[in-house]
Amino acid sequence: MSKTEQPRIPVLDALSQHFKENAHMALRNKQLRHNMRTAMDSLITKRLVSMPDENERESLRELGNHVRARALSKLPELLEKLEANLTKRGVQVHWAETTEEANQIIFDIAKRRQAKLFIKGKSMVSEELNMNHFLKKQGIEALESDMGEYIIQLDYERPSHIIMPAIHKNAKQVGHLFENKLQTPYTDDVDTLIQTGRKVLRNKFFEADIGISGVNFAVAETGSLFLVENEGNGRMSTTVPPVHIAITGIEKVVENLRDTVPLVSLLTRSALGQAITTYVNLISGPRKANELDGPEEVHLVLLDNGRTQAFADAQLRQTLNCIRCGACMNHCPVYTRIGGQAYGTVYPGPIGKIISPHLMGLDKTEDLPIASTLCGACGEVCPVKIPIPELLRRLRKEDVRPPEEPLHYVKGQGARFSRKERTMWNIWKSMNTKPNLYRKFSYLATRLRFMTPNILAWSQNHSKAKPASYTLHELAKKHLGDKK
Amino acid sequence: MSARDNILNKLRSSLEDTKPRPDDFNVDLVTKPWSYDSTQGKIKQLRAMMESVRTEVYQTTQAEWVSIFADVLKQKQVNNLLYAPTVKWGTQIENYWAKNTTLPTLKTYDRPVEEWKHELFFEVDASITSTLGGIAATGSLIVWPTTEEPRLMSLVPPIHFAILEASKIANNFYEAQQILNWADNTPTNALLISGPSKTADIEQVLAYGAHGPKELIVIILEDA
Ligand code: SF4
Repeated sequence: MSKTEQPRIPVLDALSQHFKENAHMALRNKQLRHNMRTAMDSLITKRLVSMPDENERESLRELGNHVRARALSKLPELLEKLEANLTKRGVQVHWAETTEEANQIIFDIAKRRQAKLFIKGKSMVSEELNMNHFLKKQGIEALESDMGEYIIQLDYERPSHIIMPAIHKNAKQVGHLFENKLQTPYTDDVDTLIQTGRKVLRNKFFEADIGISGVNFAVAETGSLFLVENEGNGRMSTTVPPVHIAITGIEKVVENLRDTVPLVSLLTRSALGQAITTYVNLISGPRKANELDGPEEVHLVLLDNGRTQAFADAQLRQTLNCIRCGACMNHCPVYTRIGGQAYGTVYPGPIGKIISPHLMGLDKTEDLPIASTLCGACGEVCPVKIPIPELLRRLRKEDVRPPEEPLHYVKGQGARFSRKERTMWNIWKSMNTKPNLYRKFSYLATRLRFMTPNILAWSQNHSKAKPASYTLHELAKKHLGDKK
Repeated sequence: MSARDNILNKLRSSLEDTKPRPDDFNVDLVTKPWSYDSTQGKIKQLRAMMESVRTEVYQTTQAEWVSIFADVLKQKQVNNLLYAPTVKWGTQIENYWAKNTTLPTLKTYDRPVEEWKHELFFEVDASITSTLGGIAATGSLIVWPTTEEPRLMSLVPPIHFAILEASKIANNFYEAQQILNWADNTPTNALLISGPSKTADIEQVLAYGAHGPKELIVIILEDA
């Protein structure tokens, strides 16, 4: 990248403990803010244009919610059914409680096949596993083939958006990146850049030993893995290499094939404003004896990684309705300003704020639930009606719950608990619930208003919050007295 | 205990004393707004959707399509064409080719991909496949690859031609699932294809020909 470009946010080692610093850094990056703003504005418009009929949109969201909630209400049963149907069709199903277990399962398959090169379609769960990094240590290359993913992989970054991983970059930045990394002549013509990517990746599809993909919906009824995408890299990754490994969270299952109808419509319209993506790919088994192409082996890895924990609480369970459309990010005033990488987590934005605490523990994500204005935009656009603001409030509560209190649902709970703060609030509470005390305090506060201290975080950008000269009670009394 | 048992047990214990949610799937919601009056209405909707994502569409008949097809191939300077000789359309192609010279060389996908992967990836210019039908609402083709027309036929060559019989266009995805009795007939691989491969990953600028075909050309046969 040329020297004049804005520095990117170093995210590889950024954990969300650094959320605040990352956010500050991102806010200072004008290029990033410009790129994000333009992209999000356009996505917001596209979504609306594709769902013009409010009645249709709202009823469909309701149905989407019911379909997801129904699936979760019989999740164990549906997972077993999915497994049985997939197995019957020759797909090998694996279960992993942790990311380490999932990586090991994948590595074992690779070892058996003596695989050296993985080609990957888009998969957020593989980001959860930090799979590329893991495989690299074992001497296996895992190459991203989604154009956006490929671009950020070249730049050693992590996705900044779950649908458009390289959305924080503009064409010039990509042009410089390709010039440096692929030794192609500089251009910021998007068509040329994409053709460059196509050429490089086509060779990789050709050579790859194993293809990796995510799953949008796993259909229990038919034993099908339902995948949507526009580029064709998903089809390539799942069809060309001799082995296909799909990885998914345990929550992605739906009961019936017909359930995918409202969900796919909601997904593609909420994500990119498309009636449908270019490719919808349903995979229900490896190549049969009489077929001429397709993988010889198909595997599905079902990952828990904190999901059973979210599932344990009926309110928090709603987090698992998510169909990963990204609409909540596009509409979030915080996300739009800082971009996805500042979160330092696999899932950024509103959905990240409610899912990351389950995956990583509140102790590692303590700032996420408070990184929200609670404006409600995320909840209003979510195609499956996840009440994100409500869940954020719940997580805020878990964040400050005293550690000695039982009934802990979220790992790392009480991360922001501070005895000092708790004492302050208790004093505040008794002051406001005991009339005598309240009167004395408010009298003092108004009369000693010149002594109001600076509250740093607030008075940095606002004028000092001074109490009024007289208390409300005094003023009211005076007002009513005058009237009499 | 295995990971499987642990996961399932945890889920089960969280659901203790709860009832599964009722199935209140609303068919009207996913069909009514997505229905078109006649075959012509469906064709019109399908074309509008497909053309909006740069698919070329030709409307013709069983008798005429091959000559139109041959013209388009010439126009696009296609050198060779991958086709399936054993399907109905393949026979029509062969008959036409027999009577006309200077047409693209015909290639067939008659052996496992491993035996000719390099040629398929780097030397085939175009392919033609049949479809099981289409979906008007979203402008999609329904493709279930077979031994005669394997999966990569509609994906690897830079130009993909697809034959769509007008009578097989469903209103919407739900209806298509019913017509094909999809849930009971699940194939190893089923696809909806709704345009040439595309991406908007760089600055949201739409670019065609990301990894799959750069061009999708649909031939709608009306008297089929
Ligand atoms: S929470 Fe809702 S809006 Fe956000 S990604 Fe998930 S489904 Fe989409």
